[in-house]
Amino acid sequence: MNFSVRDLMPMLPEIFLLAATCFILIFDLFLSDRRRHVTYLLTLAALLGCGWLSFATITGGAATYTMHGMFVDDLLSGTLKLVLYVTVAAVLVYSRQYLHKRGMFRGEFFALLLFATLGMMVMISASSFLTLYMGLELLSLSLYALVAMQRDSALAAEASMKYFILGALASGMLLYGMSMIYGATGTLDITQIGLLLQAGVGNSTVLAFGLVFIVAGIAFKLGVAPFHMWVPDVYQGAPTAVTLFIGTATKLAAFAFVIRLLAQGLVALAGDWQQMLVILSVLSMAIGNITAIAQTNLKRMLAYSTIAHMGFLLLGILAASMDGYSSAMFYVVAYVITGLGSFGMIMLLSRRGFEADRLEDLKGLNQRNPWYAFLMLLLMFSLAGVPPTIGFYAKLAVLQAVMNAGYTWLAVVAVMFSLIGAFYYLRIVKLMYFEAPVDTHDIRPALDMRVLMGVNGLAVLALGILPQALMSVCLYAVERSL
Amino acid sequence: MLAGHHLLSLVIWVPILSGVLVLATGSDRQAGLARVLALFGALAGLFVAWPLYTQFNVQTADMQFTEFSSWIPALNINYHLGVDGISMPLMLLNSFTTVLVVVAGWRVIQNKVSQYMAAFLIMSGLINGMFAALDAMLFYVFFEAMLIPLFLVIGVWGGPRRVYAAIKFFLYTLLGSLLMLVAFIYLFFQCNGSFEILDFQALPLNLPVQILLFIAFFMAFAVKVPMWPVHTWLPDAHVEAPTGGSVVLAAITLKIGAYGFLRFTLPIVPDASHYMAGFIITLSLIAVVYIGLVALVQADMKKLIAYSSISHMGFATLGIFLFNTLGMEGALVQMVSHGFVSAAMFLSVGVMYDRLHSRQIGDYGGLAKVMPVFAAFFMLFSMANAGLPGTSGFVGEFMVIMAAMKVNFWYAFLAAITLILGAAYTLWMYKRVVFGDVVRTEVAKLRDLVPREFFMLAVLAVLVLGMGLYPLPLTEIMHSSVNNLLAHVAQSKLP
Repeated sequence: MNFSVRDLMPMLPEIFLLAATCFILIFDLFLSDRRRHVTYLLTLAALLGCGWLSFATITGGAATYTMHGMFVDDLLSGTLKLVLYVTVAAVLVYSRQYLHKRGMFRGEFFALLLFATLGMMVMISASSFLTLYMGLELLSLSLYALVAMQRDSALAAEASMKYFILGALASGMLLYGMSMIYGATGTLDITQIGLLLQAGVGNSTVLAFGLVFIVAGIAFKLGVAPFHMWVPDVYQGAPTAVTLFIGTATKLAAFAFVIRLLAQGLVALAGDWQQMLVILSVLSMAIGNITAIAQTNLKRMLAYSTIAHMGFLLLGILAASMDGYSSAMFYVVAYVITGLGSFGMIMLLSRRGFEADRLEDLKGLNQRNPWYAFLMLLLMFSLAGVPPTIGFYAKLAVLQAVMNAGYTWLAVVAVMFSLIGAFYYLRIVKLMYFEAPVDTHDIRPALDMRVLMGVNGLAVLALGILPQALMSVCLYAVERSL
Repeated sequence: MLAGHHLLSLVIWVPILSGVLVLATGSDRQAGLARVLALFGALAGLFVAWPLYTQFNVQTADMQFTEFSSWIPALNINYHLGVDGISMPLMLLNSFTTVLVVVAGWRVIQNKVSQYMAAFLIMSGLINGMFAALDAMLFYVFFEAMLIPLFLVIGVWGGPRRVYAAIKFFLYTLLGSLLMLVAFIYLFFQCNGSFEILDFQALPLNLPVQILLFIAFFMAFAVKVPMWPVHTWLPDAHVEAPTGGSVVLAAITLKIGAYGFLRFTLPIVPDASHYMAGFIITLSLIAVVYIGLVALVQADMKKLIAYSSISHMGFATLGIFLFNTLGMEGALVQMVSHGFVSAAMFLSVGVMYDRLHSRQIGDYGGLAKVMPVFAAFFMLFSMANAGLPGTSGFVGEFMVIMAAMKVNFWYAFLAAITLILGAAYTLWMYKRVVFGDVVRTEVAKLRDLVPREFFMLAVLAVLVLGMGLYPLPLTEIMHSSVNNLLAHVAQSKLP
């Protein structure tokens, strides 16, 4: 086979990011602590470069495969990657002050963050089980280390350990499932598998077993019940900057992961995995929403809320239609935007030596600072799915897809659980607006953070009033890629 | 023609944008500016809404002042507005009430003034949008969005148990509306991908489906009306809300439920509506009689008026489900009249509360001696609340009772009990508060109405009397739409 440099074109952003990360890692060694912000700026620049490369090479046309079909560049991957860069950049901006004050503003953080991003990009563009697994492991290993960044924190160590052990287990399950599918079809290529299964190749028992393991692996990575045990501990234990990253950016990769595996590779087995996803989804919405009510820690509460949201996301996937996938994509993007703001707010309210991660720290925020209270109000109503915020349209699109697939009862169950969910989001609004403040320190975030918070909060409202553009981008990306 | 073809958009967005403007004045140092801006915003809202009345064509039952533009093509949701004789009076009522609320909160609200005023203005625009929406999803967005400012109004400026009341109110109403959302999506697919309310109305559906949809709509609207037995949020919310909040709750949000029955339940599922009419009429009569009795024993004035509201709204739902012109127009007149009367009653209680900081009937007595002007106004409104002929309260109730008589004597008999009960609880309260000797020294020191309060009550007094003596302008507006609706409901939609 002839090799030409042009074959590498589709993976240009990944190559660039790898080079940039290595450069930053080495360059950082020569910087004194006073100059550390150069690393920060370089990290942002690397993301910007990736963004430019992805944007310049994005094609409206057919998918381009490279590396013998192991890597794909299609509209879905292009769109998701662009969202990913923005998300990671936002994570960086939100975290800057926070990391400074906790002595974590170090080169490792940025390098690990970039490696994790690279892993996600590989996952998003994977078109073979092997690539997918490789991207996943690169992401996971970086995350284990990131969670444990705060070496002296017992909670963080526990969270990291738990995450690592359960994550390794899940990876094992996933790999086992993949090997079974490989055994049944004789290929690792996702497109090939799709075609072969469509043609009825493979022993159905082996396929069914393989599918179960793969779905279990997916469930773990998404953090849906009953594979959700790690989520609350990791969210609470990890430094908030890392929680922000895990709670937002990785959801994009997880979405791509699900789409590549289920909607592209195993779509012929949809009848089987739909039933599994129904159970996972209902369980997650139940456990997530009900358990969240009992939480007093804001990060932990948001963790359970994530579990519920991922359950809702699965509803879109299990519709197994273009509408369903695109609604799930819209849901995940909406969730990422809202999640960024919510975790960002925790960091905005935190100070040196003080973590604003308990619910009571939000008390009386409207008296301390009406603007942030208003933004948080928008974010909470978006999470609760109340119009006119983006969260409502995300829920609407998913419900529509799931009802179109004939699961009306599931839609009724889902809205009932969102009603329960509304209670704990309302409680936050209650704390901010109806109660007197306990903590009366001035809130003085840096300018970049203030601006980003404002943009983020208002985006939730603006995209809620005019959701059309984002919605059609999702629909177009999904339709052109699947 | 004023404002061309965007009249309804103006009616929606002028209050919302002025609300945002008021919000921008920021902290309480600018409170004076916030108040003035809010008053201007409310007046501007009323001013732009006025042509809806003057330019309204009473001959047609079609939607008027329609606006259409694509909003979210991906889901086929359109920004489609229009009003008919059913929604137009309610929009005017809403725009008018907003002015009252701003004036009522002028002195009383000293804490976070800009947020308070902005919440009411934004809510007013959202409610207008809800009445004008002809796209189900647009309706839903306004329907839900208006909960947010009301939730904050009750929770921030309310009484001691405000938090409980606010959360109860929000969750109760959300419960109903989420099921309605599912119903909308279901209808969307039945209509081949359209959220147009008018398409929903033309869609044939079989009876079991109609009944399920009826239940979904019923959950959403019965909670709003509120009908017995899902009324329990109302007394809590009313009592804890600040005066302005109570006024909006009673005058406007309760009408949303009845409006929903008229706009959605009846035309979309007419067969189920006929099928379930007995059920709704039973609930309405329970509300009229039983809640009337409950009102009789209340010691808290706001609670008493809250229960009387539920009882009065029972008349509206009763009139709607009698399926004749008289009943339905009676229900609409009752809705508008109740908007004025309950607003006036709550404002009157607010006037007293601002002076004595008590809502207990037992804390008053002998007000006629110290506040004669107020006592006179309060007398008029109490009479209207009791349904005295010559006041607006009488017209609607009388029409509904007449209509009930045509259908079934016992309906009319039970409904007419309210004329006795209403008189009993209202006038008994009036007697205890206003007449008798001045026992408490605090009461002796009370001062009569200030010009601001006088103005508010006087405007309402004129409207209450005007509607009572000459209701024709109002019934004339609704006539075509009501007849059209009844003709539509009379046709079976079974396939």
